[in-house]
Amino acid sequence: MDKPSPYFSNLKCRECGRLYPKQAIHVCDFDFGPLEAAYDYDAIGRALSRAVIESRPQTMWRYRELLPIDTEPTVGTQVGFTPLVKADRLARVLGIRELYIKNDTVNYPTLSFKDRVVSVALSRARELGFQVVACASTGNLANSVAANAASAGLKSYVLIPADLEQGKVLGSLVYGTNVIAIHGAYDQVNRLCSEIAGKYGWGFVNVNLRPYYAEGSKTMGFEIAEQLGWRLPQHTVIPMASGSLLTKIHKAYKEFIQLGLVEKTPFSVHGAQATGCGPISEARKKGTDIIKPVPKPNTIAKSLAIGTPADGYYAIHSMKETGGTAEDATDEEIVEGIRLLAENEGIFAETAGGVTVACARKLIANGSIPRTDSAVLCITGHGLKTQEAIAGKCGEPRTINPSLREFEEKIYNADAAAAL
Amino acid sequence: MPSVLIPTPLRKLTNELETVSAAGATVGELIDNLEQAFPGLKDRICDEAGNVRRFVNIFVNGEDIRFLEEKATPVKDSDEISIVPAIAGG
Repeated sequence: MDKPSPYFSNLKCRECGRLYPKQAIHVCDFDFGPLEAAYDYDAIGRALSRAVIESRPQTMWRYRELLPIDTEPTVGTQVGFTPLVKADRLARVLGIRELYIKNDTVNYPTLSFKDRVVSVALSRARELGFQVVACASTGNLANSVAANAASAGLKSYVLIPADLEQGKVLGSLVYGTNVIAIHGAYDQVNRLCSEIAGKYGWGFVNVNLRPYYAEGSKTMGFEIAEQLGWRLPQHTVIPMASGSLLTKIHKAYKEFIQLGLVEKTPFSVHGAQATGCGPISEARKKGTDIIKPVPKPNTIAKSLAIGTPADGYYAIHSMKETGGTAEDATDEEIVEGIRLLAENEGIFAETAGGVTVACARKLIANGSIPRTDSAVLCITGHGLKTQEAIAGKCGEPRTINPSLREFEEKIYNADAAAAL
Repeated sequence: MPSVLIPTPLRKLTNELETVSAAGATVGELIDNLEQAFPGLKDRICDEAGNVRRFVNIFVNGEDIRFLEEKATPVKDSDEISIVPAIAGG
């Protein structure tokens, strides 16, 4: 390690505020509270301005002072700065004045927002001297760890539930990583990883490297604010698995306000979950911060199927603090959400994206998001990864012989008749 | 006696032991007995009211005790108990 960052000072317990050194640790020794990166915002304020950020390459690292590494990033240097798409057609369908899609289906290199967290976690893993990196994953994180570790020359292990979508399994195997499938749900994979992390001295991106990993999610919020022309969206709808992304987008907006990079205007962060695994949205709807874990998640949105969401408590408080609400979507509504986004905006999202669209639709319909307002939907992963979920639900190709007459009869004339 | 897997943040209290044995017919009794052997351990696992802390998960043979009978969950000699800090998504 060269000299430490002048901006990223410590790890700090979110519960009791005790400070810790910037090592591969993730919970407070005293109360098991999660550790979070702490910064010197005065120093960052002196270094960072809109002009400085705008002068840098269009990647998530243009906000590097607000990310917890000591030196220059070495892994995932091309990640982020995905398009913010003005979605006028979908806005009309959902019945809202203004709508944007933050399109992380095209994040580099593995087509999900997880490349953001992994580039921070693995850059930090290298600074801390790890040779082996690993993760517990519902698929997207595994893909990203496998790809980014491969390009960084790090050995990797990814642990996943055995019943994942084929695309997500192959999308890890191809990078030559060690894919370990566990008979059990994600929460059981998580527990095993926690036990392994303590044993072999590996860098687990979402266990002992979690304080670094989690901060990467903030860049989605930074980009949204910058791409809107340095202002905060009135509403942001965010899918929730552990709830971490929602809390980090909230943090990103607050940091930009604190640094004077955006004006302090009212904003709400809203959470989206699947009905078959919605412990956070259920608690939010009931007005409590006590999360009732889901023992057996049952949803096609496998990337959101976390029954005991570690950041659920904080996600509830982020929603509460910003006047945000939560919704959940059934499997049928998720498929409908995927199709709405694809048919109206040409964006093919994975099941979690269907959850976000479906929940946004409900939040607009029930008045939680007023129709006269403006909203951003966070679409976090590509649909090619979860094709099983919609197979047979978007129609079938019409097959004909290579004959002009047949085309005219069966396709052109048939369509013309149907259009009457 | 049931074996208990100790997470890294608590090993300072168990002389760096990864696994310890403790007697007890329920998870609650087991925690009390652990406290006798390793003073200070209970405070870390339970809050002032004696409830398991928000960010601590306890598993009996891989099952979260919140889905069983919480601290009244019975334990047998052959059981494997894990104490695990809550961790993030993926």
